[in-house]
Amino acid sequence: MSEIALPKVDRTIVSKKDLIVNNLKQFTDKKNVLSELDEIRPYETDALAAYKNLPLAVVLPENTQEVSEILKFCHRENIKVIPRGAGTGLSGGALPLNDAILLGLGKFNKILDIDFDNKCVVTQPGVTNLSITHAVKHKGYYYAPDPSSQLACSIGGNVAENSGGVHSLKYGTTTNNILGVEMVMMDGTICRIGGKTLDQEGYDLLGLICGSEGLLGVITEVTVKILKNPQTVKAALIGFPTIEDGGNCVTDIISNGITPAGMEIMDKALIDATEKFVHAGYPMDAEVLMIVELDGTKSEVEELFKQIKQIAEKNKSNSFKLSKNEKERLGFWSGRKAAFPACGAMAPDYYCMDGTIPRGKLSEILKEISRLSKKYNLGVANGFHAGDGNLHPLILFDGSNKEELRRTEEFGAEILKACVRMGGALSGEHGIGIEKRELMCEAFNDNDIQQQINIKMSLDEKNLLNPGKVYPILRKCAEEGRVHVHRGEEKFPDLPRF
Amino acid sequence: MFTEEKKNSQIFQDSNHLSPTSELEVSELIKEAYKKKFPIDIHGSNSKKFIGYNVQAAKSLDFLSLSGVIEYLPEELYIKVKPGTLIKDIENILEKNNQELSFEPTDFGYLKEGKSNKGTAGGCVSCNFAGSRRFKVGSVRDFILGFRGVNGKGDIIKSGGTVVKNVTGYDLSKLVSGSFGTLVALTEVTLKISAKKPSQNTIIIYEKDPKIISDLFNMVLSSSNEISGAVFVPDEPKSKKFTPNKSKAFKLNDLDQEGAFFAFRIEGDQNSIKERIKDISNEMDLKKYKTSNLDIYQSDLFWKSINSLQLFSETKNNLLRAVVPPSKSEKMMSFLKNKYRYFIDWSGALFWIEVPGNQNIKEVKNTIIQNDGYVTIIKKSEDFEFTEKLFTIDDTKLMISKKIKESFDPRGLFNPGKMYKDF
Repeated sequence: MSEIALPKVDRTIVSKKDLIVNNLKQFTDKKNVLSELDEIRPYETDALAAYKNLPLAVVLPENTQEVSEILKFCHRENIKVIPRGAGTGLSGGALPLNDAILLGLGKFNKILDIDFDNKCVVTQPGVTNLSITHAVKHKGYYYAPDPSSQLACSIGGNVAENSGGVHSLKYGTTTNNILGVEMVMMDGTICRIGGKTLDQEGYDLLGLICGSEGLLGVITEVTVKILKNPQTVKAALIGFPTIEDGGNCVTDIISNGITPAGMEIMDKALIDATEKFVHAGYPMDAEVLMIVELDGTKSEVEELFKQIKQIAEKNKSNSFKLSKNEKERLGFWSGRKAAFPACGAMAPDYYCMDGTIPRGKLSEILKEISRLSKKYNLGVANGFHAGDGNLHPLILFDGSNKEELRRTEEFGAEILKACVRMGGALSGEHGIGIEKRELMCEAFNDNDIQQQINIKMSLDEKNLLNPGKVYPILRKCAEEGRVHVHRGEEKFPDLPRF
Repeated sequence: MFTEEKKNSQIFQDSNHLSPTSELEVSELIKEAYKKKFPIDIHGSNSKKFIGYNVQAAKSLDFLSLSGVIEYLPEELYIKVKPGTLIKDIENILEKNNQELSFEPTDFGYLKEGKSNKGTAGGCVSCNFAGSRRFKVGSVRDFILGFRGVNGKGDIIKSGGTVVKNVTGYDLSKLVSGSFGTLVALTEVTLKISAKKPSQNTIIIYEKDPKIISDLFNMVLSSSNEISGAVFVPDEPKSKKFTPNKSKAFKLNDLDQEGAFFAFRIEGDQNSIKERIKDISNEMDLKKYKTSNLDIYQSDLFWKSINSLQLFSETKNNLLRAVVPPSKSEKMMSFLKNKYRYFIDWSGALFWIEVPGNQNIKEVKNTIIQNDGYVTIIKKSEDFEFTEKLFTIDDTKLMISKKIKESFDPRGLFNPGKMYKDF
């Protein structure tokens, strides 16, 4: 396991494991409580596989009432709880703790209500993102946010991480596409926020919960908006000779008032990797490849592509290919969507970063990543949701080499610091989890973080729900020995440790 | 004590009406209030002051002097402003680059004084009232990328930033929108802006049957033609208890003043508008109805009138704002028909209802809640009885909201009692 400080293990809780497991069996079917090593091992990590840790036990409740009873019990007995959806998160948000119950929502796998009249679907949180679209596509509808893991990731996890995807440029992220949730607080209180109405009155608790990474409550039901499929969808592949040209084209398209449904950029390394992997027909003479997708009426899409072609030419594009049919459009995307496995074929391991920058800084950040790649002597392939400045550099490394893993982590951290310096954010859609926890001080000062911690403590006063995630370890935590000490050096020595 | 701090402490002591001109000043004044436990009435231009309960506070903190654009990057699609900046001024600046605030901030000026007053950026964010495009593009809260502000202890805090995708800690931008200044005294807000569509048309359908109107709303929501506004304006009741504003509010050449009408808006370039109207004509079978078409100029005026509630200009009655699931619009219409003056926005999801006298408020509120909606009493008549709650909230949400309030403002100093009696 890579080095990261976790909350101090409460040995009293660990010593009472058998008692706790027996108690949990009162609240749900016995078969839903797992405590043997071979049963709990699959839950030791999420998709940030560099970090592994075993939970005390795993419990897989089947309904909201069971979740409430379990949380009430854990609250009373001071037992930490780690909620988990499909475990596809990339920032370690569902990493277990040795003295914590892992609460898996996998059995919440039913769609409860498909309401075409109100253009929404009420679903349990364990349902996968893509299943929602599958459930409504026969009537020409879909659910807009489309994270690349949409085949496997759960909608509850999407709410926790405020997941985006390729189409969030036009259609927003999860927070813009949900209408309500049912949630259980750490003390067992069941709460309904929103419903089938637009907005809600009073404090926007839905906005607070979305992206809260499982720290404020356990989501047990989600109501999502569904949209009608657009009439026409077309994509274009545009090649550029330099990073600057591609970056400038992105900015110019947006400045001209065009909002594509998606606008992606891949660098040379990723073009080569994906072309070898899926043979998507990408232009091999391009240093940068842009995929632009537009939707709307036929005439509108055609007119806007004319404009985009002109903008691209002005920015020295060396190829422009417009999809002739649906098969070709999907072919354009096949390479981009195979970015992860393609990188997997290039190196034993890859580390997917996630940060955002203002669009205008695209070529600047790419140059900085290239400089860092040389500094750390590690390969990197870059894929961007360029339209909304969300970058996903994939650092290639060998995880069996501890020193290389350390360099990879430092490389990743430097990319994110550069994002913040350029006016962007530490995470666009993967969340902070444990991965970027200590970097929060790059973007926020003590007051900012303290305010967030105050909110957390107001709703979970014992800090039992997913502790050790998102927030860097300050005063209170330092006393509990939870500071991330990396190679014997205290991080952020200038931060006041109260 | 630093000189500045001393000066602000003195200002705080000497004056009940405080007009800070910098974030630091706001912070120091609030620190004084925190020390002395003085409640504060936080406000901008007061354009929406009548919404919510009256605030009883020793000091008033006026943000009009903290105004101006901090940064406007048209190509990055954001504008960063100080809270006292007028929405009108922001819209004028954006207009020069063919950009806009696409959430269409509701203009409450006509309700109060019969003329436009969209208030300030801080007020717009704090109240979270979005106009007719809401069902298509989102609410005010969906357009706040980040903010800076001062919490109830006087600490300067920030959240979010200038980029659209941002999952770094809790999304406090959402939380402050619609909080009516009870959580944070905003000192800077960053708004996402959008390109303005080159043209627009509005199709008017002269129809009043609730079932047909409800079906039309559903067709709008089911259409892939990106309709960006859909309203229904009835012509009843004719009673003198209601302000007769309809003909004044919609005085347009191509809009027949007689009778009720349904209207929807298409935006885009001229070709795509034509293409969409053709497609919608088939979808809605428009030849069945008497219709008219408002050109870009009339359409623009029409939606301005809708989004400034001119139908209720200077009303002396109570005005309720109800949000229901769109499928409930027919039931709502059947209930309201001939009894209350109202109009429907957000393609069947938002009802603005004028209720004369107090005795009927309960009946209207109950109907809204039975239809799975929520309601805000926006404007109160002179004889309004405060036994009726102004905002809808259940006990669990109230309990959570109270805890959140305490986490920002532990001494309950910001706009006490503005939203709920308890805090």
